[in-house]
Amino acid sequence: MIEQHSDWEQRLSPGVNAVAPSGIRKFFDIAAQMEDVISLGVGEPDFVTPWSIRESCMYGLEQGYTSYTANRGMPELREEIVLHYARRFGNTYEAATDVLVTVGVSEALDIALRALLSPGDEVLIPEPCYVSYQACTILAGGVPVTVPARLDNEFRITPEELEEHVTEKTKVLLIGYPNNPTGAIMTREDLLKIAAFAEKHDLIIISDEIYGDLTYGDEEHVCFSSLPNMQERTVLLNGFSKAYAMTGWRIGYALGNKAIIAAMTKIHQYTMLCAPITAQVAAIEALRHGEKYMKKMVAEYDRRRRLIYDGLTKMGLSCFEPKGAFYIFPDITSSGYSSNDFAEKLLQAEHVALVPGSAFGACGEGHVRCSYATSIDKISEALNRIENFLKNHRR
Amino acid sequence: MRELLELLEHDARRPVSELASMLQRSEYEVEKEIRELEKNKIILSYNTLINWEKFGDDTVTAIIEVNLLPQREVGFDSIAERIYRFDEVRTVYLMSGSFDLLVIIEGKSLNDVANFVATRLATIEGVTGTRSHFMLKPYKKDGVIINDEERDRRLVVSP
Repeated sequence: MIEQHSDWEQRLSPGVNAVAPSGIRKFFDIAAQMEDVISLGVGEPDFVTPWSIRESCMYGLEQGYTSYTANRGMPELREEIVLHYARRFGNTYEAATDVLVTVGVSEALDIALRALLSPGDEVLIPEPCYVSYQACTILAGGVPVTVPARLDNEFRITPEELEEHVTEKTKVLLIGYPNNPTGAIMTREDLLKIAAFAEKHDLIIISDEIYGDLTYGDEEHVCFSSLPNMQERTVLLNGFSKAYAMTGWRIGYALGNKAIIAAMTKIHQYTMLCAPITAQVAAIEALRHGEKYMKKMVAEYDRRRRLIYDGLTKMGLSCFEPKGAFYIFPDITSSGYSSNDFAEKLLQAEHVALVPGSAFGACGEGHVRCSYATSIDKISEALNRIENFLKNHRR
Repeated sequence: MRELLELLEHDARRPVSELASMLQRSEYEVEKEIRELEKNKIILSYNTLINWEKFGDDTVTAIIEVNLLPQREVGFDSIAERIYRFDEVRTVYLMSGSFDLLVIIEGKSLNDVANFVATRLATIEGVTGTRSHFMLKPYKKDGVIINDEERDRRLVVSP
């Protein structure tokens, strides 16, 4: 083909050009070439979806569940979601108007931001955070304003820190706890302060609670929209990927007030139409009968969490003991490497893949993210290799 | 204590150092607790699940339904004991329903097992009938799928 234009990159949308490419691509490319790599770099469960959920999807297919569904999602699924939140957190959502079933939380996040933001609106984003918060904000025409969370506060965010970054243009506060990549959680007290801050500045909160079922120890997850007066101003995002090991099914949902959910549904119906019916059938089964399988997986993550925390601490990497999700975020500055170099050298020398903290925001520099969603044997072997690396490569 | 048992039930070969890390206890405490559990016969034994067929051995497994005549005072217990003391008998359960004992026997050949049932089991006083079923193919044993072909299909690195 004869190339008629050499300026293709300039001809792309400025919004797309403003989004930085993913920081983990390079590691993926190197690791994919290696035979014996142990990966602590995976952001999804190592479990396969529980059989009863898979089996109910197969039955659904046999019964002919192959059509579109209502834009908002199957009524039975929306009922189950609402019931789940009423039972667990005392929320008062209406299945008919306050729920939208989406293609993963990724879609829900995208359309929530698109439904809410006007050009130039600012979104407060505590960092380190999941890689798409910034990107989706920019793609929706908004301006991400990062608020660094501090290790000495266990990566929780405070209203004082948010206060430093709030302006006239701030419209949304986007939080994700339990947190990817740090494993941090926010206690009820912490969140009540954030709620007061949101009321003071009349902000909308988008709360990504995809890891909400994965908390460990005494602190139970607190749903942001279950705090007094917060249901109306919160867009709550959740899904089935992490708790039910259903990442590939691509099924999530948003809960919020009637107006916001209607606006999001408008975008959803023109861009996605509906979430896949097969995944919706499976999600109903997950909510009706999946809890015991989920609890078993959580107990297993908890054991691995203690093993990896103990192992990393003993080899001299200081880290905060994660309270949720399935990540640990050790401080690697003692090695003398930047987080990017550490990850690359470790992968080359010892064939252990992990993700540099800087991929999750500038304040993640000096850390690496290790996922413990992998078997105990592999975690043990990875710990040995990391220890070996530290002995031989300390700068 | 329950968590330690669950870990050992799943894999009895876990090093104590790992168990201690996972339970957030000292190795000494974990060792002590294991010894205690063994002493109290809560932990009965440590077995290994082996795919003997894959190793090349052809053993024969039979599941036998046994009907009994219960005895005064001891019910089924003393006949059950006369049966479970045989080395050939791997498992014995008292059952509700149309038979009384479920007995699992392993032998080297069909003949071997048939012989045992005919000459030793069926002739015990109080045994009123037996029905033998020979196992053809195991799919899952003690929670373990024999030929599990599910594997990790995840990308090596993802956000």
